[in-house]
This record gives sequence, C-alpha cells and structure tokens, in this order.
Amino acid sequence: MPDATTVEKAWDQSAAKANEQYLRRRITIDPVTRLEGHGKIEVFLDDQGEVDRAYFQVPELRGFEKFVQGRPVEEMPQITSRICGVCPMAHHMAATKALDAVYHVDPPEAAKKIRELVYCTFMVEDHALHFYYLGGPDFVLGPDAPPAQRNILGVIQAVGVENAKRVIGMRRRLRELMAVVAGKPIHPVFGLPGGVAKRFTSEMQQQFQAVAEDAVAFATFTLRLFDDVVLNRREYMDLIASDDYTHRTCYMGLVDEQNRVNFYDGDVRVVTPEGKEWKKFRASEYAGVIAEHVEPWSYAKFCYLKPLGWKGFSDGTDTSIYSVAPLARLNAAEGMATPLAQREYQRFFKALGAKPVHHTLANHWARLVELLYAAERMRELAHDDKLLGPEYRVLPTATPTEGVGMVEAPRGTLIHHYQTDERGVVRRANLIVATQNNSARIALSVDKAAKGLIHAGKAPEAVLNKIEMAFRAYDPCNACATHAFPGEMPLRLIIRNSKGEPIGELTRRK
Amino acid sequence: MTQEKPKIAFYWCASCGGCEEAVVDLAEGTLDVVAAVDIVFWPVALDFKRHHVEEMPDGSILATFLNGAIRTSEQEEMAKLLRRKSKLLVAFGSCSHLGGIPGLANFFARDGILQAVYFDAATTENPEHVLPGSGGNNGHGELTLPYFSDRVRALDQVVEVDYYVPGCPPLPKIITRALTTLLGDHLPEKGSVLAPDEALCTECPRKDSKPEKIALKAFKRPQEILIDETQCLLAQGLLCLGPATRAGCEAPCILGNMPCTGCCGAPGRVRDQGAKALSAIASLVDSQDQQEIDAVLASIPDPAGTFYRYSLPRSLLTYKHNA
Repeated sequence: MPDATTVEKAWDQSAAKANEQYLRRRITIDPVTRLEGHGKIEVFLDDQGEVDRAYFQVPELRGFEKFVQGRPVEEMPQITSRICGVCPMAHHMAATKALDAVYHVDPPEAAKKIRELVYCTFMVEDHALHFYYLGGPDFVLGPDAPPAQRNILGVIQAVGVENAKRVIGMRRRLRELMAVVAGKPIHPVFGLPGGVAKRFTSEMQQQFQAVAEDAVAFATFTLRLFDDVVLNRREYMDLIASDDYTHRTCYMGLVDEQNRVNFYDGDVRVVTPEGKEWKKFRASEYAGVIAEHVEPWSYAKFCYLKPLGWKGFSDGTDTSIYSVAPLARLNAAEGMATPLAQREYQRFFKALGAKPVHHTLANHWARLVELLYAAERMRELAHDDKLLGPEYRVLPTATPTEGVGMVEAPRGTLIHHYQTDERGVVRRANLIVATQNNSARIALSVDKAAKGLIHAGKAPEAVLNKIEMAFRAYDPCNACATHAFPGEMPLRLIIRNSKGEPIGELTRRK
Repeated sequence: MTQEKPKIAFYWCASCGGCEEAVVDLAEGTLDVVAAVDIVFWPVALDFKRHHVEEMPDGSILATFLNGAIRTSEQEEMAKLLRRKSKLLVAFGSCSHLGGIPGLANFFARDGILQAVYFDAATTENPEHVLPGSGGNNGHGELTLPYFSDRVRALDQVVEVDYYVPGCPPLPKIITRALTTLLGDHLPEKGSVLAPDEALCTECPRKDSKPEKIALKAFKRPQEILIDETQCLLAQGLLCLGPATRAGCEAPCILGNMPCTGCCGAPGRVRDQGAKALSAIASLVDSQDQQEIDAVLASIPDPAGTFYRYSLPRSLLTYKHNA
C-alpha cells in the first residue's frame, strides 16, 4: 500500500496538471481597466461557441452600512466620502444634506449657494476626468487601438501636448478651488448640519469667477473635440446606435421644479422606456420606490423599481430595471437650466432621433452636455453675491432623529439615509449609491455586448475591449457599488463551453 | 543608447480610489513622473492586466505603490504577487498603512456585516436570504467570488513592506517627496514612513494661537459651536488629533476650519496612535474630580472610533466583535 506521502505527491501532481489544463483553456480579462473599482465577467458558451449568458460580477465588499453604526452622525460626510475617492464630494454632499434632515435644520441661503457652487465645480472636474482619462481613449484612439496606447498618455499624443496641458491645468485649477472652500478635494471637510464650516470671501469669489469662465470655454472646446473625433465619424455613430449597446429601460434623475436637470437639489423623476413620467418623488420617499435585489454571484446589489417588483434581468416596456447617470438624467428631464447646455441638449436628442435615447454609449455625449451645464451653473453661482452672506451656518437645536439626503453624483442618483439616537450617534444607515442603481442594466449590457460580439468561441482583444466599453460608458464606480464594497474592480473574463468548462486562452499583448 | 527607465506599478485593494486620484493630482507633475519612469501596471488608467504582471520576472518592478487594506482573498493574492515582482513595496495611503476607514469594520463580526448589508438594509428585498459568494450555479456553470475574510488587515500584516506613504489620501507634496526619495541614490532606512517625523501641530497654520496650557470642562462637537477661523481648534474644545498625528500634509483640514482626524498616523516614536491621542486629549481635562472627569469624557460620543479612525487594524486593540 502506498504511504501517505506518495499519495499526497500523486494528488499534487494531478492537481497541478489539471490546473495547467484549466489555465491554458481559460479566457481572462483581469483586471477590468480604466474605471473605478474591480469587476469580473464570466461568459458561458453553447456548443456552437455562441454566448449563452454573460455575467458581470463585483468581487468586493467593505460594509459601510454596518461599521458606521456607533459613529457620531456629524462624521458621516467625512466617513462616507471614503466610499469613493473619485466622487468623494458627492458622498460628502449627500451626507451633509442628510445631516440637515437628521437635525431638522434648514441651512441659510449662503450655505446652500456655497455648497452648490463647490458641487458644480466638482461635477465639471469629474466629468472631464472621465472623458479624457477613462472613457475617451476608446474613441480618441479607437476601440481597436493597441492596449498600450489606449489611455490618457495616448490621448495626450493624439490631441497634442498643448491641449493635454490645457486639460491637466483645468483639472488642477478646479481641484485647487475645491480645496480653498472644502479643505481637500479628496475627502472634503466642509459639510455640517445647517451649513458649511467656513465663511466664503470675496477673494474666493474672484477665483471662482475666473476659473468658471475658463471652465465654460473648456466645456465648449471638449464638445467640439467630441464632434470631431466621434460625431463626425460614421463608424462611431454606427457603434453608438448599434443594437449591441441598446436597452429599453426606465430612467431616473433629479430635476428642478421645471423638470430640468439639477445636481444638488430637487425631486427625483422617473420615466418609462417610452419616456412618460412614471413617478416623481422626494428624497424622504425613496424607500417606497427603490428596492435592492441580491444575487449569489455578485457582492453588488441590484436596484429596481419597487412597486413594479423584481422581474429578473430583462428590459422592454414592462421592465422594473432603471438607469441613472448622464444619459438617464437627460432622458428623465425635459431640458437644461442654462442656455448653452440647453442648446446642446436639443442637438443631442435631434441627432439621436428620439427621446428617450436607449443607446448606452450615448452616455459619453450626455456627459459632455452635463459638463457644459455644470460649468455654466458654476459661473452663474460664482457671480451670485448671496454667497457672501454673513450667515453661512445655523446651529441645530432640535434633537437629531432620522433623515435622507440626496444628490446627483456624476454616476447617478445618490441617497444617504441615517437614523440616530438622541445624542446624534448613528444607529442605522442605508446607502443607495449611484452605480448600484445601474448595476442591473450594466449586467444586461455586458450580456448583450458579449452575445453580439463573441461568435464561434472567438474573442480577440479588441472584442473584449468592446465588451468593457459596454460598461465603461456608465462610468461605473464599483468602489461605490460596493460601498458596501469599495474599491476595486479588476474585470476577469472567463469564457466557458456548454459544460461549464473554461475554454481557450486569450492574452492581451502590446 | 537608451537607458531603461525604472519600472513602477500602482495597485488598489480595499480602498476608495482616492489614492489613484491623488496621483493624478500631481497634475502637470504626472508628465514628469511619466518621463522618469515606466508605469507597467495601473488598472485605473492603463490597459495592462494581471497576466502581464504574472509574466514579469520576480523583482523586475523597482517599486509598487499599493493602496487599500486587505480584506478579500483576491486582495491578498495580489499583494503577494506584487510583493514578489517588486524590489520595493510601498504601502500607499492610510488604508494600506494602518487599515484606514474600512478598518473600522473590525469593530464588527464578519457575519454581522453581511447580515446588515444583504438582509437588514432598509430597501433590500431578500426573502430567501441569498448571500453573495454562496456560490451560484445558474444552470451554466459555477460562479465564484473572492472570500470576504474575518477582518481587515493593513498591508504589512500580510506581506513585508519597505516604506509607507501616509495620508487619506497622501497629498501631492508628500507623494512628490516620496517619489524623489525612492528614485534617488540614498534610500532611507527600511520601514520608514516617508514624511516628517513630528506632530502636525508643528506645521499647523494656527500653532501660534495654541495656548501654553489648554484646560477644558467639556469637549465640543463641530455642530455645537461656530468655529473661529483663526484659533487653535483644540483650545476651542474640538477633538483635533494634531498632537498625535504625523506632519507633512500642512493641515488642509484645519485650513478648511475643521479638526485633524489623524489620517497620517502617529509620529515614529508613538506605538499606538489611538492611545496617544486619548492620552493627549485626556490631559486637557480641567478637573481633579473623578465624577467631573467622567462627565467631561462622556462628551466624547465615540472615543474608539474617533481616536482609531484610521488605525484600528494596526492598533494594539484586539478584536472586539459587536454583533
């Protein structure tokens, strides 16, 4: 009888062999790149090598809802900003507005203007970041460009160092302004219940006015660049309009009293896949409208419209799946509140034929329409002398209880909901984070793109990048989606045959 | 003849992406960095994949800057892989350095976290109590997820770390200083934190307003007072952790008129930041009467979460698990 060591050795050898086989036959994209966070895609093929089903998985969890229990509620703007260092200002602001509600206090007008001004400054910066650093390379360089060039460095080469310096310089100045008011652009400190921590001065106002003027010019320049590199090229327009990147879902976004896009305040409007208003609700009513579904194969939860019930991953007239972020906001609203952006809004829907627009890749264009709005709104606010009001804080006097705060993060509707004890210590928190609202539609997008693009088991690098483009357009932030789970999203793509065995091997080469 | 540029990698684990943004915040400086080094892996910005790293010879990367804490099995694997491939492994930012804010999860048991997120959250509809990672054969094949481990660890609790870059996130001036040091000829002592070894108070713009002796009858929360924009925050009764926190950031939070929360960790001689902060704060209590002292300290609603805001996993505290 063989001894234990021999058995163990034989076992190890066969395990190693099986492993080797497995690795040789596995197709992997890991990590998913040029987006915030980690992700993984598994594609299952049928006997003909056609896609049976593709899954988009988020492999991480941090558990903010739990560990904020016991923390002083006024710390929430700083603690929850650590959900996402890409959009910390969004979490900071949603949390700060939730604090207003928890403490039953209405901030003075100056405070509201200061908050919105800083918020618009942030939106300009964040939308520009996505276009130039994350999503843009697929268009400026092309989806089939070698991976080693398909990045911000490639964009710099393509648009020229002077233009690149303009982009980098613009971003730096916007972030310096955020620091002036909020302490730091990454993980700001200025939000308090009833106002902001610091007085706004006329020197600050001048700085904001100067940068806002340039921001409007910069946004206009970026839209023209988009015209040149995308809209004027037939193959890209065809790609945007192709069925592989199209879903009929509901759309959600914050609007002002005239149903125009707003990032900082207002009610939430939801429209059906046909574009009809389905519901308009206040932040405090969110729990009656939004529910989250759990799947065993992803740490991210999947939001849907609660009154319609979870109907699985399907789109169309009866769907309960909705989408957020730039395209959804434009679809859910009836216009923009500033003149130049309104013009672009009309041009957008005219060019794409109908409203709502269901093409996921149109997010890139919608994002730039919003970039211009954010810059114009920033300029408007920077010229508003109410910023300088002597009263920028009221001290709360009521006993803290419960409150909901909501803003439009760059990546969509963001909701923070806190309950505290009478000392203002958090008992429970619930967070509906931008990307999470989109997670069901992203799952649809990845499945559909894989089905449309992978045939006969063949998936060259450029095809895999085109599948990544299906979710890159949302500018997904899996740091946010996993606030519950932060931070990472290497995407792995594993393709399997009908028996569930991994097949083939694909490597990305420079 | 072109000389090969040093290879650099950036990677993220349990983090928020703020450390990546902090690198982008070098702004025009990033062009200098790009000119000086060859970035071989940086998922947020470049399309290089994990297999590219696996194919590199061991030790071929000069330095990997790894941010984020370690919570899942996948993060541990990546930390070990990058350790092997790199001559220098640098813990970048608070989460990697000390555990960071996600490290506050160590106050709670793993199952309690999963339950809060997937069963009890106000809007979650999960009548069958489905748990992610419980495996899922959807009729197509097995789908797996990395294991969500029992606790959050700092990077050096998983692999050997050569240097630390502190901050949540590290500020551009700290990053620039760290890069210059590492690319220079004289490497500092292994294990160094690449920032000045003194307390934040020494570089605080309000240091001249700090009284010789601060004596407090109660601590204040920021929503309870109108905060003076020129005076020492501790002297105003706010819990500013400047005395127990390393310098180098030049106090941007205080410029924002809010107290330091301690993200850069403690100066080198301090073994446990929370204990140091607690003793620094306790020494300000102006009373000899035990009852009165208790009352003053009771005005701090969450001492453990406040003093260990960024350093719980790396602290001397053992794990107390609340349900």
